[in-house]
Amino acid sequence: MKHLLSIAHLTKAEAISILNTAQELAKASDGPMKKLPTLRGKTIVNLFAEDSTRTRISFEAAAKRLSADVINFSAKSSSLSKGESLKDTAQTLQAMGADAVIIRHGASGAPARLAENRWMEGSVINAGDGTHEHPSQALLDAFTIRKHLVRGGEDLAGLHIAIVGDVLHSRVARSNVLLLTKLGAKVTLVAPPTLLPVGVKDWPVSISYDFDEILPTVDAVMMLRVQLERMSEQFFPSAREYSHYFGLNSDRLRVMKPNAIVMHPGPMNRGLEITADSADSARSVIVEQVKNGVSVRMAILYLLLAGSSEEIRS
Amino acid sequence: MSLALPPADIARAVIRISHEILERNSGPSNVTLLGIPTRGSHLSARLAASIEEISGVPVQNGTLDITLHRDDLRTRPPRALSPTIIPSLGVEGRDVVLVDDVLFSGRTIRAALDALGEIGRPRTVQLAVLIDRGHRELPIRADYVGKNLPTSPSQIVRVAFTELDGVDSVTIEDGPSL
Repeated sequence: MKHLLSIAHLTKAEAISILNTAQELAKASDGPMKKLPTLRGKTIVNLFAEDSTRTRISFEAAAKRLSADVINFSAKSSSLSKGESLKDTAQTLQAMGADAVIIRHGASGAPARLAENRWMEGSVINAGDGTHEHPSQALLDAFTIRKHLVRGGEDLAGLHIAIVGDVLHSRVARSNVLLLTKLGAKVTLVAPPTLLPVGVKDWPVSISYDFDEILPTVDAVMMLRVQLERMSEQFFPSAREYSHYFGLNSDRLRVMKPNAIVMHPGPMNRGLEITADSADSARSVIVEQVKNGVSVRMAILYLLLAGSSEEIRS
Repeated sequence: MSLALPPADIARAVIRISHEILERNSGPSNVTLLGIPTRGSHLSARLAASIEEISGVPVQNGTLDITLHRDDLRTRPPRALSPTIIPSLGVEGRDVVLVDDVLFSGRTIRAALDALGEIGRPRTVQLAVLIDRGHRELPIRADYVGKNLPTSPSQIVRVAFTELDGVDSVTIEDGPSL
């Protein structure tokens, strides 16, 4: 594995090895000394052409705990805002000796372009590209689900997970559908028809327009952010109506299975897709998702960067 | 391939090392065994059982994964991590005995010392190995040795344990000629 561009490229075994590695690294992070020497001397560039709090800080924390050097590069304060092309940026990073580039970009496929054009030699890690994929988020979600709901097994077989809300604009939903089904879970998408993408009937998922009907059967409910900034037209009549049909609130929490969990990739629109009391309830693992994100990203960086790229036999 | 240590000799070595650990540390109460995965952890579990049988007191036993501290990471494909299990009393102020199957270059033990330093500050750190095959590349020696086995650097020493391999044995194979 050289790049992490999409969940679609991962085999089930590779995904499980990332989760297992993250589990061991999480223990190391809980110890008194959080810093490991593993990636000493490696340079990792955070290239964020779109805004992000969680993902950028999480990757930065992960890289620093493994002793890598991190260069942060955000679009607004760089020549990207002067119209520099991705190619020129990549060549600059190559000249500076970046071993890996973590890229978030508004255009779907930008990380793949960076990886495939050999403008640079390092690893490319997709931290969210347009409405395509966000693989590290899906991996941390799977890690969180496994930690809470799986005893003994390595995959998610037998679990039922609902992904609720703005699937149309959500790269998190796409990566999660691919990963959770790959790991054996049953996934149901719950959304108004206007917020489901064209071709969704070919995805390996069930679709429901009735949140209340599906809720008592799920082990985890993953609320998606309504991405108002990507909406150029009216997808639902009003925020109030959306919340009424597809928002998570304390009444809905009550009908869930006793040990079912509530997830949200953040940032949340409190009051729109999730009420404040649901987000802060005992079922909510939203803050823990952020914590697990660091361990999962450490595992990704370790597996991509610690070894040699070629297989060397001793 | 030649058999260097039959099962009975391995069992005897485990008992002898247990006695030596007890003697040197005046009993098991302050001793913490930490096996280095994979086969070091099996050896350390056997030592723990043997020490308990001899002294009648259970001994603290855990495992210490050293992968993240290795100095040869970048020359090989990424390795899977093994669990690190630190026993309940921790390592602070304890007499820690690192346990591994074969002592060769000493680099694994260097990595283990680094990994241990991140967890805490033991009173002493000692080293127990089943086989010392020589050819050290670092100033490291073992406190307890099951058997010193003269080898050439190109030979491969394989330790098999019943738990993993179905049989107890130590064998020497001729490696690729240099």
